[in-house]
Amino acid sequence: MLKIKVLGGGCSNCKATYKLIEDVALEKGAEIELEKVQEIQDIMAYDVMSTPGVVIGETVVHRGGVPSRRQVEEWFTDF
Amino acid sequence: MLTRYRWPLYILLLIIWVVLYSSLVGFADFMVSMLPVEPTSHFGEALAFFFYDAPKVLLLLSAVVFMMGVINTWFTPERTRALLSGRSLGLANILAASLGVVTPFCSCSAVPLFIGFVQAGVPLGVTFSFLIAAPMVNEIALTLLFGLFGWKIALLYLGLGLGVAIFGGLLLGRLNLEKYLEQWVQDIPKKRPEFKSEKISFSQRLTAGSVAVIDVVGRVWIYILIGIGVGAFIHGYVPENFMASFMGKDAWWSVPLAVIIGIPMYSSAAGIIPVVQALLAKGAALGTALAFMMSVVALSLPEMIILRKVLTLRLISIFVSIVASGILLVGFIFNLVL
Repeated sequence: MLKIKVLGGGCSNCKATYKLIEDVALEKGAEIELEKVQEIQDIMAYDVMSTPGVVIGETVVHRGGVPSRRQVEEWFTDF
Repeated sequence: MLTRYRWPLYILLLIIWVVLYSSLVGFADFMVSMLPVEPTSHFGEALAFFFYDAPKVLLLLSAVVFMMGVINTWFTPERTRALLSGRSLGLANILAASLGVVTPFCSCSAVPLFIGFVQAGVPLGVTFSFLIAAPMVNEIALTLLFGLFGWKIALLYLGLGLGVAIFGGLLLGRLNLEKYLEQWVQDIPKKRPEFKSEKISFSQRLTAGSVAVIDVVGRVWIYILIGIGVGAFIHGYVPENFMASFMGKDAWWSVPLAVIIGIPMYSSAAGIIPVVQALLAKGAALGTALAFMMSVVALSLPEMIILRKVLTLRLISIFVSIVASGILLVGFIFNLVL
């Protein structure tokens, strides 16, 4: 089970990122636990300055924009 | 391996771009002649204006956004922060304002960016220089100014925008306003930023440029078309010198009015600049028009609401007043000098 967090205060890019991860996970049959982190204090705990950011486990794997589909697919094969 | 085969694609796109850009006039004439309108009528003039400016600006924008997308990969917010951390007011304000131009910035990230800077010990005044320059002096504004007004005005806007950001930040820094940050922001423990530059290949940088074009042009094209449409209407229908009486040089009060009207307005540079160009053509003074533009682009209500999370109302008011005064000054000086 992958624990994934999407960091971002509810902007449209953050929502798109959340949806993309959800879609790709469903497609690949990956079991994930997806969480939105919207509180600024919690976002800053990961030191992410440009949202949306994506955290897998406790590592920041992406920041500043919607990741590409290929990038998201790689996350699910790497782990 | 795949990326090697992309080179011909980039070169092909460049050739297509050059061909399209050099056939703009022909395209506009052709489009108007295809439509059942008299080319010399008001409507015909408005259409010709639209069919020339719209593709021209979109082509220019695609090229510039691509280049900026590539340049942006060198200037991540993390690197910018590391460059600014631990410096004192002065030269750092110049650096911050300049970095504001080349660091990718979206107002939705204003808060995390602000906190990230505070955390790293970037002085408040320097952070403000960055926050003023980043939305005001951006590649979209500069491209539109270049495309519609020419390079002189674009350079002028660049210089004045940086000037407002540098001196506004310096002044804000001198006022020692740290106590007006929200309490939880003041309580954030300072730590030295760690920055390790990520390894990124040149083809990845090019890809970032392409992604930027799809993202930015995909988002703003409609505002550009609407802006140029409104501009074309003004060009074709509003009488010559109509604007002179209330946006002209002699109407000194028009500068503060333009700034005040501009503050709550929220438009990207993409939508507002074509309209401003049309106003200018109808006799509005350049200083007044520039002040209006800066105010719309640099100060916006949504961004203030976002910043309210970290700044007290008092600090926001001081911030807005100082930036607005700077813009006002720019407008007055222009109208006096030109």
